[in-house]
Amino acid sequence: MDNSIEIDHLSTYFYTEEGAVKAVDDVSFRVPLGQTVCIVGESGCGKSVTAMSIMGLVEEPGGKVISGKIDFSGEDLLKLDKHSLRSIRGNEIAMIFQEPMSSLNPVMKIGEQIMEPLIIHLKMSKKQARTRAIELIEQVGISRPEQIADSYPHELSGGMLQRIMIAIAISCNPKLLIADEPTTALDVTIQAQILDMLRDIKTNSNMSILLITHDLGVVAEMADYVIVMYSGKIVEEGEVVELFERPKHPYTKGLLKSKPIINQRLEELYSIPGQVPNPLDLQESCYFHDRCEQCMSICQTKQPQLQEVGTQQKVACWLYEEAVAHV
Amino acid sequence: MSTYLSKRLIYMFLILFAASLLIFCLYALTPGDFISGNIKLTPERKAELRDIYGLNKPLLERYGIWMSNAFRGDFGFSLAQQKPVLQLFNEYIWNSFLLAVVSTFLTWVIAVIVGVISAYKQYSWFDTLVMVAIFAAMSIPSFFIGLFLIKILAVDLKWLPPGGMLTTGSNATGIAYLKEVIHHMTLPVVVMTLLGVGSLTRYFRSNMIDVIKQDYIRTARAKGLTERKVLFTHALRNALLPAITLVGFELPALFGGSLIIEKIFNWPGIGQLYMQSFGLRDYPLLMGFTMFIAILTVLGTLISDILYHVADPRVRLQ
Amino acid sequence: MITTPTKLVNAKRTKDSPVKSSLFRQSIRKLSKNKLAVSGFVVVILMFVACFIGPLFSPYTDNKINMAMMNKAPHLKHWLGTDALGRDVLTRVLLAGRISLTVGLASMMLSVFIGSLLGALAGYYRGIVDQIIMRIADLLLTIPSLPLLFIFGALLSEWKIPTDYRMYIVMLMLSFVGWPGLARMVRGQMLSLREREFMQAAVVLGLRDRRKLFNHLLPNIVPLLIVIATLNIGGAILSESVLSFFGLGVMPPTPTWGNMIDAANNMIDFQERPWLWIPPGFSIFATVIAINIFGDGLRDVLDPKQKR
Repeated sequence: MDNSIEIDHLSTYFYTEEGAVKAVDDVSFRVPLGQTVCIVGESGCGKSVTAMSIMGLVEEPGGKVISGKIDFSGEDLLKLDKHSLRSIRGNEIAMIFQEPMSSLNPVMKIGEQIMEPLIIHLKMSKKQARTRAIELIEQVGISRPEQIADSYPHELSGGMLQRIMIAIAISCNPKLLIADEPTTALDVTIQAQILDMLRDIKTNSNMSILLITHDLGVVAEMADYVIVMYSGKIVEEGEVVELFERPKHPYTKGLLKSKPIINQRLEELYSIPGQVPNPLDLQESCYFHDRCEQCMSICQTKQPQLQEVGTQQKVACWLYEEAVAHV
Repeated sequence: MSTYLSKRLIYMFLILFAASLLIFCLYALTPGDFISGNIKLTPERKAELRDIYGLNKPLLERYGIWMSNAFRGDFGFSLAQQKPVLQLFNEYIWNSFLLAVVSTFLTWVIAVIVGVISAYKQYSWFDTLVMVAIFAAMSIPSFFIGLFLIKILAVDLKWLPPGGMLTTGSNATGIAYLKEVIHHMTLPVVVMTLLGVGSLTRYFRSNMIDVIKQDYIRTARAKGLTERKVLFTHALRNALLPAITLVGFELPALFGGSLIIEKIFNWPGIGQLYMQSFGLRDYPLLMGFTMFIAILTVLGTLISDILYHVADPRVRLQ
Repeated sequence: MITTPTKLVNAKRTKDSPVKSSLFRQSIRKLSKNKLAVSGFVVVILMFVACFIGPLFSPYTDNKINMAMMNKAPHLKHWLGTDALGRDVLTRVLLAGRISLTVGLASMMLSVFIGSLLGALAGYYRGIVDQIIMRIADLLLTIPSLPLLFIFGALLSEWKIPTDYRMYIVMLMLSFVGWPGLARMVRGQMLSLREREFMQAAVVLGLRDRRKLFNHLLPNIVPLLIVIATLNIGGAILSESVLSFFGLGVMPPTPTWGNMIDAANNMIDFQERPWLWIPPGFSIFATVIAINIFGDGLRDVLDPKQKR
C-alpha cells in the first residue's frame, strides 16, 4: 500500500431550507505516503467540507456524506462505527484548523488539552501524559514548556497557539495530518515558521499531509501534488511543478495570474471576473462557464469530466476534451 | 481590582442607604398602623402605646432612630409578636432556607442535565418537548399551581399533606420528625422547582447551543474524544461559566423565602411571616424584611461579580 | 465560528435574488414557518376574541343575582357552573379576561414606553442624565417588587380608591416596577449603537440630537423592544393575577382572573367547587404560555443574537 488515504467518489451535501447544496460533489483523490497534497480553491469550493468528511465531522444537522468511499489503512472510514472512527481521529488522522485563537478551549489549561489524546489513544497515565505534553511543547519550538503547559489559551499569541495545535495533532504520531488553512489567520512571518515546522515534522516522521489552502504561495512551498477545486468539484490536479508551469484549466490559469509576483509590478492585479455561482442553482454545465474567458457553447450545457492530460495531470475542461479527441 | 472593589462597596452602601429611606417612607406613608388596627383599645391607650413605640415623633426622627439602631444590628421590635425582629427572622428564616436550598439544588441539577441534552439534540422531538415544557413552566401562575396541586394531591388523593411543616399537634422527634418534615415539604419544593426550572433550563440550553458551535468543540471532537466527554467536560465547562454569576442572584431567593409559596402552603417561613405581619401592619417587621431582601439583593450582585472574576481565566488576569 | 455552506449561500444570495422583500415581510414569512410560534399566536388571538366578543353571545352578561342557580356544578346550561350569586362562571371568566388582558397589555405598553424612553435618554446623553436615571433604576431593582406592589395595593385600599379606577392604578403600579429592567437593557443597546459607524456618520452630518435619537438610534432597537414587549405582557398578566388574588389589585365586583381564583381562599369553595377557581387559573396559564411561545418565535426572527 503506497497510499496514506484514498478518497473515492465522495459526495457531501448540505440540506438547507432552500434546497440541497452539493458542497462536495463526486470527488476522488489520494494522498500518497509521505507526501503533501494540497487542495486549493476559493472559499466555499468544498475544500474544508472534504476535510471534515474525512474526519467524520460533517456538521449535523443538514450536512451528510451521501456516497463514496474513504479508504484508510484498508478500511472504509465511512463504514466504520462511531467507536472505531473515534479511535482513529486524533490518533492516526489528526487535524489542525484555521483559527488557533478559537480552536483551543478557553477554560482549560494548554497542558491538559495536549494530554487528552495521549491519555485516550495511547493509554498513558496522567503523569506520563504530562511529561510527554511538555516534550511536545518543546518540540514545536516553544521555550519554557512547563510554564506554557499551565497557562490558558488567551495568554498565548496566535502563532504559539497554532504550534500548540500542531503539538496536539502530532502527539499520537498520526499517519495523516489534515491542515485546514493552518496559516491564514497568522502574520506573514509566523506563517513561514509554521510551514517550515510542518515540513520538518513530515520528513522526520514520514507522515502524509493533506493541506487545504487558498494561498498559492503556501502551495508552491509545501505541495508535492495539487488539487484545484471549484464549486464542489475537482477541476484540475497534477504534480506541483507541472501544474504551476503548465496550468490547463482556465480557472487554474486565472488563479495563478491573480497571484502577485515579486519584482513584477503590474498596473493592476489580475482578478477572475465574476463570482462563484450560487451552489443552490447549479445547472448541468461547466460551473465555471460564466467566468471563463474561453467559454464555448458546450460549456453551458454539459459538464466536463476529469480527464488525464499529459503526464500526471488531470483536467475537467471541454477545451481539452476536444484536444484529446483529436489526437 | 481593589479600587474597583472599594468603588463597588461604596456604591453598594449608597444604594442601600437610599433603599432604606425609600422603604421607610413607603411604610410610613401607608395609613393605619398596628395600634389603630386594634379595635379593642381605647383612644387613650392607643395614644399611650404610640408614645411608647415612638410612633408620634416626626418622620425624619423616626427614620434616624430606625437607621441608627439598624447600624447597631437592631432592626426593631415586632409589635404583633412582641419579639425583636432579628430574633423572629432567626426563628423563621431556616425554614425558608430549607425549602429554598432543596428546590434550588433540584432546579440546577435538572436544568443543567436537560439543558445540555436538549441543546445537543437541538430541533429533535425531545428538544421541542423540552421547549414546550420550559414555556409551560415559565407561564404558570405560582399561586394557582400551588392551589391546584394541593387540591389534586392533598385534598382529593390525600397523598401529601396540604400545608404546614408538621402535622398539627404532632410531637414527633428524630427520624419520625424528619420524615414528617420531608413529607410536608415535598409539595412546596415541587412547586418551587417547577417555577424556577423553566428559565434556568432555557438559559443552559441556549448557552450550550452557543458553546457547541465553537471551534474548540470541533477540536475536541477531532481529538477523538467521546461525545460525552466533549459535552460534559469541554462544552459544559464553558456553558457553566456565565452561570456562576447566577449563584449570587440566587441569594435573596435562598434566604428571603417566598411570599406566595409559603403563604399558599402555610409554611412557617419568613415569607409567611411577612404576609401575616402585612395584614397586621406590623411595620418594624415589614421594614426589616424588605430591607433584609434589599441587602441580600445588593450583596448577591456583588458576589456574582466577584465570582465571575474568580472563575473566568480570561477575566481573572486583567 | 465555523462557516457553514448555509452562510455562504446567504452571502451569495444577495447578487442573485432579484426581489428583496422588506424586512417586515421577511420576518412575517420566517415567523409563519415556526409552527410553535404560529400556534401561540393563534391561541392569543383566540383568547382575545373569546374575551372581547364571546360575552356578547352569552345570555348571562347582566350579572344578575340568581338565587335559584347558586353554586351549581358545570352542566349544559352553565358550561362552567355558577358561583355563589348564581352568575355564570364561563361568562365571568371571559369578562375577567377582558380586564386581565387589558391590564397586561396596557401596563406593558406603559412600562416599555417609560423604560425605553429613559433608557434611550440615559444611553444617549450619558453623563449626569445617565447617572440620575440609572441610579433610580438600580434603587428600584434593589427593593423586592412584590412587597413594593403589596404596599401600593394596601395604599389603594386605605385611600378607598373606587374599584372602577383601581384597574388603572394597578396598571401604573405594574409599569412602575417594570420599567427599570427595561431601561437598563435599552441603555446597554444604546451605548453600543452609539459607537457604531452610522452614528458617527450622523454626527459628522451635524444632525440634531432629537433627530439622531429618534430617527437613527431608536429604530434600531425596535425589534428588541417588540420582542420584550410581547414577553412582558405575559409577565404583567401574571403579576396582576398575584396582586388581585391577594386582594391588593383589581377588586370585585370587577372580575379578573386573579381575583376569581380568590374563591380558593374559601375552604369550601376550594375543596368542593373547583369550577370556581380552576378555569380562571387555566386561562392565565394558557394565555401566558401562548404569549411566551409567540414572543420567543418573534425573538428568533427579529433579534437572533439576543437569544437567552
